[in-house]
Amino acid sequence: MNLKDKLEQLKENSLSEIKSASDTKKINDIRVHVLGKKGPITEVLRGMRDLPADERPKVGSFANKVRDEISEAITQRRDELEIAKTADKLEQEKIDVTLPGVPVKQGQPHVLEQVIDQIEKLFLGMGYQVVDGPEVEEDHYNFEMLNLPKDHPARDMQDTFYITNSILMRTQTSPVQARTMEKHDFSQGPLKMISPGKVYRRDTDDATHSHQFHQVEGLVIDKHITMADLKGTLQQLAKNLFGEEREIRMRPSYFPFTEPSAEVDVSCFKCGGKGCAVCKYTGWIETLGAGMVHPNVLKMAGIDPEIYGGFAFGLGPDRFAMLKYGVNDIREFYLNDVRFLEQFSQKG
Amino acid sequence: MKVSKKWLDEYVPVASIDADSLANKIELSAVEIDDVSRLEEGQKKIVVGHINSLVPHPNSDHLKICQVDVGEKELYQIVCGAPNVASGQNVIVALPNSWIAGHNKIKKSKMRGEVSLGMICSLQEIGFSESVVPKEYTDGIYVLPTDAIPGQSIFPYLGMDEDVIDIDITPNRADLLSVRGVANEVAALYDKKVNLPRPEVKEDDSSNISDYLKAEAPIDLAPTYLMRIIKNVKVKQSPLWLQKRLWNAGVRPINNIVDVTNYILMDYGQPLHSFDYDKLGTKDVVVRLANEGEKMTTLDGEKRELSAEDIVITNGSEPVALAGTMGGANTQIDDDSQTVALESAVFDGHRIRKTARKEKLHSEASVRFERGINVATVKEALDSAAQMIAQLGDGQVVAGVAGDQRANQSDKEVKVSLARINHVLGTDLSSKEVKEIFARLDFGVSENEGMYTIKVPVRRWDIEIDADLIEEVARLYGYDKLPATLPAGQATPGRYTKTQKAIRDTRYLLESAGLDQAISYGLTTPKKAQRFALEPALQTNLDFPMSSDHTTLRMNLLSGLLDDLAYNSARKVENIALYEQGRVFFRDDSTEKPREVEHVAGALTGLFHEATWHGDKKKVDFYLTKGIVTFLLSSLGIKNGARFEATAQHEEMHPGRTADIYLNEQLLGFIGEVHPSLAKEYKLKRTYVFELDLEKIIAAPKDELVYQEISRYPIITRDVALAVPNEITNQQILSSLWTNSGQHLVDIHLFDHYQGEHITKGFKSLAYTLVYQDKNATLKDEVVSDEFNKAITKLQEELEVTVR
Ligand SMILES: [Zn+2]
Repeated sequence: MNLKDKLEQLKENSLSEIKSASDTKKINDIRVHVLGKKGPITEVLRGMRDLPADERPKVGSFANKVRDEISEAITQRRDELEIAKTADKLEQEKIDVTLPGVPVKQGQPHVLEQVIDQIEKLFLGMGYQVVDGPEVEEDHYNFEMLNLPKDHPARDMQDTFYITNSILMRTQTSPVQARTMEKHDFSQGPLKMISPGKVYRRDTDDATHSHQFHQVEGLVIDKHITMADLKGTLQQLAKNLFGEEREIRMRPSYFPFTEPSAEVDVSCFKCGGKGCAVCKYTGWIETLGAGMVHPNVLKMAGIDPEIYGGFAFGLGPDRFAMLKYGVNDIREFYLNDVRFLEQFSQKG
Repeated sequence: MKVSKKWLDEYVPVASIDADSLANKIELSAVEIDDVSRLEEGQKKIVVGHINSLVPHPNSDHLKICQVDVGEKELYQIVCGAPNVASGQNVIVALPNSWIAGHNKIKKSKMRGEVSLGMICSLQEIGFSESVVPKEYTDGIYVLPTDAIPGQSIFPYLGMDEDVIDIDITPNRADLLSVRGVANEVAALYDKKVNLPRPEVKEDDSSNISDYLKAEAPIDLAPTYLMRIIKNVKVKQSPLWLQKRLWNAGVRPINNIVDVTNYILMDYGQPLHSFDYDKLGTKDVVVRLANEGEKMTTLDGEKRELSAEDIVITNGSEPVALAGTMGGANTQIDDDSQTVALESAVFDGHRIRKTARKEKLHSEASVRFERGINVATVKEALDSAAQMIAQLGDGQVVAGVAGDQRANQSDKEVKVSLARINHVLGTDLSSKEVKEIFARLDFGVSENEGMYTIKVPVRRWDIEIDADLIEEVARLYGYDKLPATLPAGQATPGRYTKTQKAIRDTRYLLESAGLDQAISYGLTTPKKAQRFALEPALQTNLDFPMSSDHTTLRMNLLSGLLDDLAYNSARKVENIALYEQGRVFFRDDSTEKPREVEHVAGALTGLFHEATWHGDKKKVDFYLTKGIVTFLLSSLGIKNGARFEATAQHEEMHPGRTADIYLNEQLLGFIGEVHPSLAKEYKLKRTYVFELDLEKIIAAPKDELVYQEISRYPIITRDVALAVPNEITNQQILSSLWTNSGQHLVDIHLFDHYQGEHITKGFKSLAYTLVYQDKNATLKDEVVSDEFNKAITKLQEELEVTVR
């Protein structure tokens, strides 16, 4: 057998061995055995010196070609085996992705707090301040400063928790407005405020009455504040709370501290105004009271009603949350059943 | 106020406008509408029937078999069980296949073997409220007048075809508590003219009022007080037209005298009172304040003790009526009354309100005196009533009127400018538009350079200042037509104060730590208010509480949270982590008004995490709770220096598992396990709580947040395990280690705590990692070993601990 045939055979044997190698160790053995310093190719190249000089380049180049081909086959087979090995490993590591994730423990803000937060953010964005005041109030601020003198028919003793003759649990958050008006320095700019908080009424608790509930009341006083500004502001509020598509409707009403006064309805968010059980088939839901600040209220706070005027409005987060989420018992808000609290976890 | 649209149509031409549109207009321009209804709605085939004859039912001791003429050829046999059914009556018959009130269908039936073709009805069965049914018919069928024609629909006979609009007035619009007032309003809304009939009294000149009585009333109690006498009256049932008017207004017909006073009350809004003149026993009617303790029996049979604030009508010596609220039993009209003394007056509303509230006698009359009446029609109403009583009772009105009319009846002048109207409303109304509105209201207008002087008639006593007129313009123009804008003017920043922000941050932090926010009641019991005291203070109690559960202002938040936990636990929700942020109320001797302090508290019980397939359960315990508090304090800027000191001083808390939390020498609050006996009272398992004075935390000096450059040099650690007697605390060991270490110690943390069989009784094993670092150089091992060994040696000298 001449050298060339020998090389040819070596190549065929090696390639078939490589092809059938089943692990990387075997491949390495083949490399050492065939391409190593003591391997057959080296041997062939060594035997070249016995060849006639004119044949040497031809055989030499053929031997190199065989070596390259084997080397390439080894690399290729090794890569194949590596890929297979990795795939095998990954297959072994397979998990059941439908098993439950580890629960994330996050507490929830109370639904009433969420409503108040939402209102606060809207009004902060419109340049209002949030003002807090005492829950135990003086008759003076809770009633008298709001144009409700002692014997006013609209001031029903039955509804108020008194502590003494002159101290009571506030029945509204508007006394905060009375206190703020008294102190406000109009040379520093207009007064724009909301006052959120707890209020109390002398009521027997049942599904629709609670002796404790919440209110957010708003007040703007400046030189040029109109009822149209009130309407525009309440439109913003209604859209923010009930959705962009909502419309408002104002109707005449009566509050001692505003004149003109208005009851404000929002187009029903459940039926869009067509009529349903939520809106009692009227298409409208009564949501807040509002009006232009009564001149007497301004006067009592030391503000000249000839120069300044403004609007005020108030709404109840409890009632709002009941409407929006279909909560049909107001007591739920104050019993703090965890299964109730944790339902209101959706953000955005 | 229930207004029959048919009655209204007589006063203002709105017959062509349907009731719903009218109601909607009133609601959008004046006051709310409660309801628009028509009694006949949902009912049909109910007719007049004439009972030709009746016989007792053979198989019943109370049923009767009636042969009824319902306008058809054949008589209808109808079985009836009403006690008052009798032959010859005209009655209400629901024919077979008719519908009566409450969606009830009447079918041909058999009653104990006898065919019954329909039903003879009571008023209640065809939808009348029990409260308006004449007393004699409440327990039986209603009997129609003799001229009723069999077979005709019952609805027009009984006024059931009239639309009734129920108006819910606001306190300022008491002028709408009368049909005439509503007519004026509707006329303004639709730009129509009212047509209000004026009474003509036919006085009988054969006698004069002065022959019967004089009436005197102090002007401050009754600015107008008038009386007329109607003589030779026969008390009897009112004609059906009057009864219809009354029950459609929600009033029960009684007799012709009382019915007339109620009719005039609805028509004019003027309360009247009728006395039996012969029972008065005097010719001098005197209005005065009651004597303190004076007694009288009102016509509801109630014996009342009066106060010196009540206005009474007297016969000169004793009270015969409680003014404006209720008449006296001793002078009331009865079936034999012949001479009626009729009173029409204006009483001081404040006093009437007090009396009505004190005596719980709120009535249609008292409400009107409280909120005001039209002082211009006091006499007109009296005349109208007297004339009607005479007519319906076949009597005569005695000539003359007793008493005085001193209430001011002249128009009120109120000024407002066009500029002011547009300035307040944000509108651009023209003078023409505004004047038209005032004309619709029938207010007089005179104008002088843009300033209007408006003459407001007394019937609109609610209008006093320019703002009131602006409201009139706005509502007649239409609130819906007002433009919508936002306040212009100087911009103001909207932002939370530091305290408001810290309070809101506190909430977010506790929520991120896994606690749900609770909102509990601020009012609680004295016992619960007093518990968990953070500082000594007096209670604040309600003067007149509504329920014994809510009498006292809370002085802690934990009592409320424990109530919440108990509520959950009783409903088998046993893993609970709640926090509350809110006010507590502390009072001292010197003041009636308590100090309001912002607190925050938390309460945890059961498991913090349930076991999952992937991890173990985690029970709440002291250290988990402490971790939450530490996280909160540190996030609010109290990073170091909050000190937990064991305390057994809180009686509601576990004496061995409670710590007071101090910042320097200031008590911020406490943390620990609720005393097992208190937990048992709430039926709770082990419960861990904390309560903090949030205002102290907010006010505490904070370390300025300064960025610390991260050292490029490696840390070196040393571990040590110590055998420690049980009474020595972690805090003592840490203090010693920190004091005795060199400058390179940067952190110590406890990584093991063990008590049990592998260590001597009375001892525990604590294992710490001490972390060393040099900010500016690589630390050498020997330096660390040196510092570490020194500290451990010192520790063993100072405390009775040994290295294990
Ligand atoms: Zn709806």
